[in-house]
Amino acid sequence: MTDRRKFLTGVVAAGAATAVKPAVSADTEAEQPRALSALPPTEQIAAAETRVPSELPPNRVGGVPGSDFMVDVIKTLNIKYCPANCASSYRAIHESLINYGGNRMPEFLTCMHEESAVAMGHGYFKVSGKPLMTLCHGTVGLQHATMAIYNAWCDRVPMIVIGGNDLDASKRPPNVPTFHSAQDINALVRDFTKWDDTPVSLQHFAQSMVRAYKIAMTPPYGPVMISLDAGLQQEPIRSHGTEKLYIPRYIPTSPPAGDSGAVKEAARLLAAAENPVIVADRMARTPNGPKLLVQLAEALNARVVDQGGRMNFPKTHYLSAPPTAVPGADVVLGLELADFWGTVNSWTDNGENGVGANSPRIKAGTKLISINASDLLTKANYQDFQRFQVIDVQMAADAEATLPALIEAVKSAIPAARRSAIAQRGEAAKKAHAEGEARTRQAAAMAWDASPISTARLAMETYGAVKDVDWAIVSQSGNISNWLNRLWPIKEHYHWLGRSGGYGVGYGAPASVGAALANRDLGRLSVNIQSDGDLMYAPGVLWTAAKHKIPQLAVMHNNRGYHQEVMHVQRLANFRNRASNYAGDAGPVGTRIENPDIDYARLAQSLGWWSKGPIKDPAQLGPALREAVKVVLAGTPALLDVWTQPR
Amino acid sequence: MRLLLPALLVAALPFSASAAGNAEKGKTLYAKHGCWQCHGYVGQGGAAGKPLAPKPMPPEAFNVFVRNSNGPMPPYPKEILSDAELADIHAYLSSIPAPKDYKSIPLLNQ
Repeated sequence: MTDRRKFLTGVVAAGAATAVKPAVSADTEAEQPRALSALPPTEQIAAAETRVPSELPPNRVGGVPGSDFMVDVIKTLNIKYCPANCASSYRAIHESLINYGGNRMPEFLTCMHEESAVAMGHGYFKVSGKPLMTLCHGTVGLQHATMAIYNAWCDRVPMIVIGGNDLDASKRPPNVPTFHSAQDINALVRDFTKWDDTPVSLQHFAQSMVRAYKIAMTPPYGPVMISLDAGLQQEPIRSHGTEKLYIPRYIPTSPPAGDSGAVKEAARLLAAAENPVIVADRMARTPNGPKLLVQLAEALNARVVDQGGRMNFPKTHYLSAPPTAVPGADVVLGLELADFWGTVNSWTDNGENGVGANSPRIKAGTKLISINASDLLTKANYQDFQRFQVIDVQMAADAEATLPALIEAVKSAIPAARRSAIAQRGEAAKKAHAEGEARTRQAAAMAWDASPISTARLAMETYGAVKDVDWAIVSQSGNISNWLNRLWPIKEHYHWLGRSGGYGVGYGAPASVGAALANRDLGRLSVNIQSDGDLMYAPGVLWTAAKHKIPQLAVMHNNRGYHQEVMHVQRLANFRNRASNYAGDAGPVGTRIENPDIDYARLAQSLGWWSKGPIKDPAQLGPALREAVKVVLAGTPALLDVWTQPR
Repeated sequence: MRLLLPALLVAALPFSASAAGNAEKGKTLYAKHGCWQCHGYVGQGGAAGKPLAPKPMPPEAFNVFVRNSNGPMPPYPKEILSDAELADIHAYLSSIPAPKDYKSIPLLNQ
């Protein structure tokens, strides 16, 4: 007797029965020899595919559900979680995941907004290096999800989005389910996903799912989309003539590395430079990235400006430098920069006739080198590729994968006569780093005792409360004058995860929960500096964290306004010689979150969190933080509402 | 070149702000006109605006800069902020005490 699960396992292992290794998980794939994809199953297994196993009671499906096979496919990819908001258009695969699949690998996480689900996957990946999948209604749910998908696209983060859709108009339920159906749901996100597909058979699904995972996980990473027909999920597995179901093996694609000639030319320019400066944004894809960058920087004694898209370079290193290092460079090496133009030029929103003014930030003749995998993934509509910048040596390649060759080339290219000058450059960098540290700390001392609490004090009181545990900053929404990066000893890859990518507000809270989920599994304490405006986009994610026991320390940067926008309105009023209308608030109408003030502590408490606040007296912040950290270490998410200075 | 503008204007333009302002009034005006939005409630500055306290630039330069800024801060014309109000704000900024030495703050020496 073949039980139902073993039956489908037989499908998964079809290759084994035909002298091909069984499908393996994505985790172990890297160690596997590169064998061919699975071959068709044996006749015996093929016959079993199209009948109801005899041990099963008769069911109304009329056979083995197609969505059970889909779950088998998904399980080969070793996807740990599926954050999602439930929806009828994917009810069949939902049922298969939690019942047939045992709600493990992936585990379904109940989300209250599709944007939260995708952003949780975003944050999770940046800690774990593993993509998550999400399920959503292909129309209304996907529309909710789009902002988070765009953030993932801009931030080069993989995510597998599966949208349920009922394609067959003659069979789909009328009314609401038909409102929730479309010809081509993927069109909604095609401009900001790497790839999409609409499988029309189970075998097609198996190919699409493995292909989707593979494309998402090939640098430059990015989100992918699969439209999943409700009928295909729900109907039983049927015979397809001589074609037998199988699950293709996932074998990772190696990242694109820079051309050897371009690497050699870049090394020549760097070795000969008087003052080379390295600028990194999303360079460090993995924990090995910062180690490689330290090697390159030390070989040249070149200062490194980390723009913070990832943790690229230890802030404690003597070569770590502020952006003001760029103007003095004679060679700039940009590594995975989201905006090279903006790195070497400035734009001031205060030009004649209300038009912004451009000016270069570098000397004429400065040589520019770029290594950027995003050059391989440019689409036309959305402008995330930024302004055009002329580059002297441009490699459409993954920077982290290119660095080993560049390091060796640089070491070979440095002439003996340059070594003394390079050593002296290092001494100057050490002095500049120490002086910069002192200036930063003195700047942090300003407004130290002010109320509302200064953002520098917020940062350092928080650090004081977590410094003795294995901490990780999982998100920093809003703007706290970059104090975390300026003051915390950020030196591990997981200490800092970067930002949203597309600057769509509402990323911070859900991404922090996803990242905290990954950190929970790794035994780290997650710290989230949570802004008020960001949280209110979809605060239901706090409940998801409580529900699934995902601890984090959320310290609110509650400045009671959308401060990014305050000055935009004020600026235009000034240009037009008009006093801005505050209407009794502290800023222009439409930019303030006050009158009434939101009680975030009570909000969080109602969603299952430990909470405290609002805290306005800086002297009360430290004790409250220490209390909250104890709660988090015991496994409960905790939020402190802190009234802060604007930036 | 853009950064030189305030200094050049100090030399070229007549100074019209009142020399002595009222710090208490200035504190209210500093909030009312949104200066705190970029520079913080006590002029400490931050990512969006430079520190203004404890030692603001001299009143003449302050006046010229506020009226003619071509940097990240938009200019504030007299229609929005009078010379007298500007003098009061300057007086408020001048009244803000210097911060402690960071070396005396344990949290800044971790």
